[in-house]
Amino acid sequence: MTSNEGHTMKPMRLSKFLPTLMLAAALLVAGGAQSQSTAATPDAMVRDLSNEVLNAIKADKALASGDTMRVQKLVDEKILPYVDFEKMTRLAVGRGWRQATPEQRAALTREFRTLLVRTYSGALSQVKDHQVKLRPFRAQPNESDVMVRTNIVASRGDPIQLDYRLEKTSAGWKIYDVNILGVWLVENYKSQFASEINANGVDGLIKSLTDRNRELDGTKKA
Amino acid sequence: MKIACLDGMNAVSHRVRGLLVAALVVLAGLASGCATIPADAGNDPRDPLESVNRQIFEFNEGVDTVLLKPLAEAYVAILPVPVRDCLSNAFSNLREPSNALNNLLQGKPAEALSDTCRFAVNTTVGLLGCFDVATRMGLEKHREDFGQTLGVWGATPGAYLVVPVFGPSSVRDAIGIYGFETFLDVNFWIDNVSVRNSIFFTRLISFRSELLDADKLISEAALDKYSFVRDGFLQRRRNLVYDGNPPRERDPDEEAEEAKPSSKPADKPEPGPPAGGSPVEPQSPPK
Repeated sequence: MTSNEGHTMKPMRLSKFLPTLMLAAALLVAGGAQSQSTAATPDAMVRDLSNEVLNAIKADKALASGDTMRVQKLVDEKILPYVDFEKMTRLAVGRGWRQATPEQRAALTREFRTLLVRTYSGALSQVKDHQVKLRPFRAQPNESDVMVRTNIVASRGDPIQLDYRLEKTSAGWKIYDVNILGVWLVENYKSQFASEINANGVDGLIKSLTDRNRELDGTKKA
Repeated sequence: MKIACLDGMNAVSHRVRGLLVAALVVLAGLASGCATIPADAGNDPRDPLESVNRQIFEFNEGVDTVLLKPLAEAYVAILPVPVRDCLSNAFSNLREPSNALNNLLQGKPAEALSDTCRFAVNTTVGLLGCFDVATRMGLEKHREDFGQTLGVWGATPGAYLVVPVFGPSSVRDAIGIYGFETFLDVNFWIDNVSVRNSIFFTRLISFRSELLDADKLISEAALDKYSFVRDGFLQRRRNLVYDGNPPRERDPDEEAEEAKPSSKPADKPEPGPPAGGSPVEPQSPPK
């Protein structure tokens, strides 16, 4: 039995990581908010958006309980202005993106976005008295690609590290990747997407994303 | 007398445990079926042992389905939140001496001192760690282990490993966590076998219970759960080694995309041919 003792280390190490993943991920999905942020700097924008999203969830019971329709509505109306899903998808698909037709690219972006929204919407119900705290922001004023680092803190549980990568576009700053407790979303999909494309081509990846979304649709409605 | 009695019970429970383990292995095997090994398994330089890892991963999923998950669900159903929080805090408190020593070994004496204070305060005022008084006093919690210390000293993770029952690891982290850390675990030094085993087991179930929601999320979000867990684990560990601020790691694909903005709409193929046409060949063969 003694040989097992040390094994508990791993569980304890990760024990605060995964459970908070859902909550943290919700903030990506809910990355938009009630009103258009007018903040000019990316860190202020992230701060404002996070606050607005947290407040929106606290104020809306249906949203907080993970009502799929409500979440979808929030995302469609409020988040798209702030997130560059196409860039997110392009980076996650990697090399395969170059061989994809415009139709395939559109389909990939649409299905990936749907998957992220569906799977992470459940996390909204985890929001209680959470608040956003910006970590130190380092960027030159003329940089067009920056990282904004935050912690989400609550009275219960450890702080949740939640960072964003943003790119300056003609339409303002756009989030294109998010880091939850040290795990970048784009990076975490890369090898899955690459091996699906290697095995079954771009259409194979679109199909597996679409199938998964349909499956989730079925279980959510049931 | 009492000791003899306990020893007797242990002899019996050893035999029972042996049977249970055997039954478990069979059940887990049945539940997990055969692992599907993709054709390109092992091509990823981070995961040369992918074929074996995937089989152990499937086995672990089986063990989880028949044993750990049901127990964790029962644990949540039976124990109210304050009790579970108390146990979770107490288990976490057992890790503070290790946090302190590892911070010292990583050249962070201030953090090491803070961890020592946390252990002193929470063990006494916090009633054996049940209440995390130290955090409320402003002593931040750190998560360190000898795997991270090896990383700070310059060791790379080496091959990714899936450890039976306990899951994701790497050569470096297995040495640090399953080797060195064993002796830094307060629980390891408890002489009473029943107490030690009870703590070990309850800690495992407590840990699993905190993953119930996340596990569902991962199962839904991942196209390939094995890769998703592996990539998440490796990223997470790197982040921990750098205490939350790792340098950016750009891979060649991304560089190429960045350096070539025309890869967006500019090089899109002729819009002319009807949809459903064969995918356009890449302009240049990959690599």
